Amino acid sequence: MLKINNLHASIEGKAILKGINLEVKPGEVHAIMGPNGSGKSTLASVIAGREEYEVTEGSVEFQGKDLLDMDPEERAREGVFLAFQYPIEIPGVSTTNFLKTALNEVRKHRGQDTLDAVSFLKLMKEKMKLVEIDQSLLSRSLNEGFSGGEKKRNEIFQMAMLDPSLSVLDETDSGLDIDALRIVANGVNMLKTPEKATIVVTHYQRLLDYIVPDFVHVLYQGRIVKTGGKELALQLEENGYDWIKEEVANA
Amino acid sequence: MSKDDQILEDFTKSEYKYGFESNIESESAPKGLSEDIVRFISEKKNEPEWLLEWRMKAYHHWLTLEEPNWPNVNYPKPNYQDIIYYSAPKKKKINSLDEVDPEILETFKKLGISLEEQKRLTGVAVDAVIDSVSIGTSFKEKLGELGIVFCSFSEAVQEHPELVKKYLGSVVPASDNYFAALNSAVFSDGSFCYIPKGVRCPMELSTYFRINAANTGQFERTLIIADDDSYVSYLEGCTAPMRDENQLHAAVVEIVAHDRAEVKYSTVQNWYPGDKNGKGGIYNFVTKRGICAGDDSKISWTQVETGSAVTWKYPSCILKGDRSIGEFYSVAVTNNYQQADTGTKMIHIGRDTKSRIVSKGVSAGRSQNSYRGLVEIMPRAHNARNFSQCDSLLMGDKCGAHTFPYIEVKNKSGRVEHEATTSKIGEDQIFYCNQRGIGEEEAVALIVNGYCKEVLNQLPMEFAVEAQKLLALTLEGSVG
Repeated sequence: MLKINNLHASIEGKAILKGINLEVKPGEVHAIMGPNGSGKSTLASVIAGREEYEVTEGSVEFQGKDLLDMDPEERAREGVFLAFQYPIEIPGVSTTNFLKTALNEVRKHRGQDTLDAVSFLKLMKEKMKLVEIDQSLLSRSLNEGFSGGEKKRNEIFQMAMLDPSLSVLDETDSGLDIDALRIVANGVNMLKTPEKATIVVTHYQRLLDYIVPDFVHVLYQGRIVKTGGKELALQLEENGYDWIKEEVANA
Repeated sequence: MSKDDQILEDFTKSEYKYGFESNIESESAPKGLSEDIVRFISEKKNEPEWLLEWRMKAYHHWLTLEEPNWPNVNYPKPNYQDIIYYSAPKKKKINSLDEVDPEILETFKKLGISLEEQKRLTGVAVDAVIDSVSIGTSFKEKLGELGIVFCSFSEAVQEHPELVKKYLGSVVPASDNYFAALNSAVFSDGSFCYIPKGVRCPMELSTYFRINAANTGQFERTLIIADDDSYVSYLEGCTAPMRDENQLHAAVVEIVAHDRAEVKYSTVQNWYPGDKNGKGGIYNFVTKRGICAGDDSKISWTQVETGSAVTWKYPSCILKGDRSIGEFYSVAVTNNYQQADTGTKMIHIGRDTKSRIVSKGVSAGRSQNSYRGLVEIMPRAHNARNFSQCDSLLMGDKCGAHTFPYIEVKNKSGRVEHEATTSKIGEDQIFYCNQRGIGEEEAVALIVNGYCKEVLNQLPMEFAVEAQKLLALTLEGSVG
């Protein structure tokens, strides 16, 4: 589904990603871990198409198409979803209105009819249950005055509504208490199908107790320096990142 | 190129949708302004002597005035001798829509306001003014049963001279300012509305203004009187064809609200703004003022201003009655080389009077957008309250947003609050929308609509939808 080959990216001339190779197949869950500043969020942003990052080398293929050649909205319509680490506030625009616009854009792209208000609300009610989100929250201005947990739940709710094939969760666990973490993770798990893939970017292991990865990659200094199964995450939790740094230094 | 630059770059691509010209035969006065022209207009309208005198007085006063220089706008001053002050479609109808020139009806269809449709479907009573003359007022009979008078101004002069004489110039005197004086001398038509005591007008009353003929100025006059315990919601829409030269629109609107009466006045102004290089466009120099003459009365102005090359407009409220309320909700969007200097005046005279001002400016391109407002609390206005919120949204780095709030408090019990913010559409916000599949143009429209929501919410439903579309249209091609 996603093939990243020798990806280099920089921001304002500073190289952040220095040759990432990663392949994600349908049905898989990949965790990207690593110390602060290793390039985890940059990777998520580059996949989503954030303009500030300049891709200097390499390629990214998504379902056989050149992802880097697409505008951010095209990538979204093709099925790439990014759950933001810091969801953005848009005053005066309700989540409902925002999502209706978004969903209809995505549906148009897929050759589906746009949804009328009734069918949209029906779909919304269905998906609201998944992340235990309250309707009153959805009629408020998007993310404005939301608590940290509400923002993250709202991200997963949007993911449920838009039904992407590849979801990238950028530090979705940051700022969440344990209950919110469980709700968010449940939502993600319930949306999992054999056709879909998830990339979980996280600093800590605890989210991976709930969203169990098939692969764990350690990103350090802009490269994936170690790949393993879910037990690698536990190892990192116990020993920190120092031993990895040493391994890299000695290599 | 950064995203902001692109917004700026592409904003200039958007085009004016209403720029067609209708092929309607019209009858015009010769160019220029003189006593003869004033007399010509008055004669054409078969006006009584007192009105001609009133016009003449205004004309002579106008000659002594100078065009104001204090607004924060720059434009070549019009040559007032080069304007046609009276232009009327030739085939004059009267009784029903069937007799209206089909070209005119076609014009309204293009504007999306088919009179017939409006009549049948929405129940909005429409008075349409092309160039200088009122074309047809629908629904008159139905309103007549309630004693409501809604007709063209010239008709009111003939049929309700006592009301016109009593109220004309009572809120905006002919000597008020340069453009009001000019209007008073040469106004050719407009709308008149009287709501009798205790009547709640069951439908929105609506006027559409359109300037069609070349070199023509439009000087319409609207007078709304709401008697005790009455209510009316009034809508006004405006468009004009694209022309290279600037055209002048200098209207006057007067509103009188008696005891416990409420008047809601909504405008969607979309005069031709000129092309992307700032050539052509309407000069919109308008005086709008209402007086809450009676106790517990209320006047609410809502305006969505997207058009005109230069706008100079301050819909105001004189809060004379005790406990009366004045409101002003405004969205002003400027793009390319448009300039707007707009705001309001709230004059608190009575006790326990309240006013609320919500102004949202959006500037893009090389436009200049100013809010100018006065809140004045007079010595007798005990416990007067005002709240003002003035927000500016900037797109790109070549436009300007300015705020000129004036506050004069002459009574110690008065309380005045003023809040102001200036923001830019964030790249973060646009990216967030993009990441959900929303293209950049639509993202900007969505964000701007959200920003203006508090004002748009004040508009009647069908008008709000139109205004939202208009905002999106104005922003069309704004990003790429």
